[in-house]
Amino acid sequence: MTEPILRLQDVHKAYGALKVTDHVNLDVFPGEIHAVIGPNGAGKTTLIGQISGALAVDGGTITFDGKDVTARPMHLRARSGLSRSFQITEILPEFTARENVALALQAQQGHSFRFIRNVARDRALNEGAERWLGELGLAHRADTPAGILSHGEKRALELAISLATEPKLLLLDEPMAGTGREETDRLVEVLTGLKGRYAMLLVEHDMGAVFALADRISVLVYGRIIATGTPEEIRESAEVREAYLGEEGAA
Amino acid sequence: MTGSNSSRGVSRTGLAAIAVFAAFALLPVAAAAMGDTFIVFFTIRVMVFAIAAVSLSLILGQGAMVSFGHAAYLGLGAYAVGILAEHGIWDVTVSLPVVLLTCGLFAAVTGAISLKTRGVYFIMITLAFGQMAYYTATSLSAYGGDDGLTMWGRTEVFGFAPLGDRTSFYYVVLACLLGVYLLARMIVASRFGRVLKGAKQSEMRLRAVGIDPYPYRLAAYVIAGMMAGLAGALLANAAEFVSPAYMSWHRSGELIVMVVLGGLGSLLGAIVGAASFLVLEELLSHITEHWRLLFGPFLILVVLFGRGGITGLLGKGGRND
Repeated sequence: MTEPILRLQDVHKAYGALKVTDHVNLDVFPGEIHAVIGPNGAGKTTLIGQISGALAVDGGTITFDGKDVTARPMHLRARSGLSRSFQITEILPEFTARENVALALQAQQGHSFRFIRNVARDRALNEGAERWLGELGLAHRADTPAGILSHGEKRALELAISLATEPKLLLLDEPMAGTGREETDRLVEVLTGLKGRYAMLLVEHDMGAVFALADRISVLVYGRIIATGTPEEIRESAEVREAYLGEEGAA
Repeated sequence: MTGSNSSRGVSRTGLAAIAVFAAFALLPVAAAAMGDTFIVFFTIRVMVFAIAAVSLSLILGQGAMVSFGHAAYLGLGAYAVGILAEHGIWDVTVSLPVVLLTCGLFAAVTGAISLKTRGVYFIMITLAFGQMAYYTATSLSAYGGDDGLTMWGRTEVFGFAPLGDRTSFYYVVLACLLGVYLLARMIVASRFGRVLKGAKQSEMRLRAVGIDPYPYRLAAYVIAGMMAGLAGALLANAAEFVSPAYMSWHRSGELIVMVVLGGLGSLLGAIVGAASFLVLEELLSHITEHWRLLFGPFLILVVLFGRGGITGLLGKGGRND
């Protein structure tokens, strides 16, 4: 059996008495899309934060690509191939779309203590950036400052930036958040196209997208994983229905 | 803006820069024709402060590091030259490395601590370090303490005194300003500069693509400190006098005003801002000793109506150069 690209063992974190991550065990295998679903406040974004390194764990280990990265700072995890997108769009608004992606490419090419060459004329960076923008349907927006892109375009740019870091694992925190039906469909299409090329940990509220994309689904409730299984197993699980899906269906 | 946009932007800012530097270069000729020597002295002062303002603009405008202790580097540079002179060392081959090393070291140590903080805390901690330098200078009784230190000459180059003659001193300062400006422009346009500008917008985004902004900020802080130290060394030579007043927090505040006045994010704007500030100070102080009462409203108007400062008002020529 192949080794998981990401393995969480007994990861836990509490804010005072509130257990936001309650002894979570979770694996993501190469090429797999593993979705994490759960009601609001279940601790999904907190979990992503701990995996990406933005938040410290209280205990447990995070193994990425065969190495214990529990104590590794966020930027080093990113450089070793653990790439995160944000629930609330985190782009560089004054930079153009091209510059946003070019910065991610630049970060892959070692340190940036390079003072002499004009980065705006760096053809390799610009062309690389344009390739990723093209892949996500943003080629025509390359010169647009990222801050004035539409919401859906910002979500796509966020994904382009993530992909440009040459990730081994994509941590996607609600990539469809706030997008319209049409944009959601397009993002699902994009992610389907990427399926198999990258392992993904997908946190998403859009159940249509989750069940269309995921190989496995884990259900997180009050910081605890109550079930992990294939989409069919999750759909049929009584416990999940009670805790989450039923609630959603009734709402 | 990359590609076509940037090539247009560069030529526009480039033209403005050429105009500004041509004006500086021709000024002594015009002054000689008019028989006015004061304006040459005055413009030397303008260019010295322009160097300091450009250096502050590099960290404040590009990196959003609001240093309220930047005048400390003016003072450190000035004192390095003054103290060496007191011990009979006048040559630039000694004094310039000492100035750059002193300022670089002070910036590295204080920056390493200050840059752990953000926002108001960064402002306060840089202010505190600036005041420490100030009070250290006032207590240097061997070097004049409160009263400052008079220099009986100017920095020399291998025994020659190019700064002795007013006109050649003028052009040495102009060359320094041009060098600092071009260096800062190159840095801003480089990969390093892109990291600096990116970190200003979102640190989280930089970490997420694998960049820790801290060492880049620190390096920019050190570079800016060394540039301001050069301005301090020139200031000491211009006045042939070194005083703790160079380091006072008022001076740091004035440097911030120069950068804001010229337009945040514009290096050329910092030069224009420094010139405008000193010219207005000169003109308004002839009208009344309470010239700040007049200057204050002017600054408010510029900030309110021209968010790009003076360069912003003059046709958006100087953004992001």
